[in-house]
Amino acid sequence: MSAQRDVMPADMRTPLKRVRALGSAKSGAGHWWWERLTAVALIPLCLWFVWLVLRLPHLDFASAHAVVATPWNTLLLILFTAIGFWHGQLGLQVIIEDYVHTRWIELLLLVSIKFLAATGAVACALAALNIWLAVY
Amino acid sequence: MPHARPLSPHLSVYEWRITMVLSILHRVTGAFLCLGLVLVAWGLMALAAGEPAWSTFAGFCGSWIGMVLLVCWTFSLFVHLCNGIRHLFWDAGSGFEKSQYFTSAWVVVIASIALTVVVWLWAGMTGGTA
Repeated sequence: MSAQRDVMPADMRTPLKRVRALGSAKSGAGHWWWERLTAVALIPLCLWFVWLVLRLPHLDFASAHAVVATPWNTLLLILFTAIGFWHGQLGLQVIIEDYVHTRWIELLLLVSIKFLAATGAVACALAALNIWLAVY
Repeated sequence: MPHARPLSPHLSVYEWRITMVLSILHRVTGAFLCLGLVLVAWGLMALAAGEPAWSTFAGFCGSWIGMVLLVCWTFSLFVHLCNGIRHLFWDAGSGFEKSQYFTSAWVVVIASIALTVVVWLWAGMTGGTA
């Protein structure tokens, strides 16, 4: 029992699914779970983000900078963009796998979206920290 | 392909239903929202870089093409958000009756339109983005 509990299933299938040899043969179950987990996190984050943008009605630099620079907004912006890029990359992966049938183009696109998503998330985090630290 | 093998009936043989429209829209809006995140990244980096970079960004958002894109992004966000919640209910095992998934589809459509209208009315009342 304890030995079984210590096993961290790399493919995230339940033990019963693995015994019956059902479900994804590769990393599909993990992909499915991360897509849902990030989706749930993005529900409140998206609503918060819309509310944040609505507080920048005139798009002038000083007020936008002041609104974004508060600690809570910095934290939530980093979470929103990081989880958003992650979720977006997971979704684009499925679209590419479904519709791109030339293997090398598929692979190129799959690697590209992961690099772009990571770059986007880090860029947003650095920018948000920069805006926060410029004020506090 | 030397011999084109028969494929399953193409989309054109089906009568359009709201459920399939939403299924397609979920993917289209999802992909489009990834572009929206690029805009968010541009905005944040411009805000960090200083006033000149920010004015370029604000100028794009205030232009007519920027405004059209922002309305499309708002609608896409709410479609994907509402339909995503619908998907989560399915993942939890409920809402699979025929009457339920047609009702929930229309709830998603109406809620997305209503939320988009509310957001843009609000933006208009508080001064407009331009």
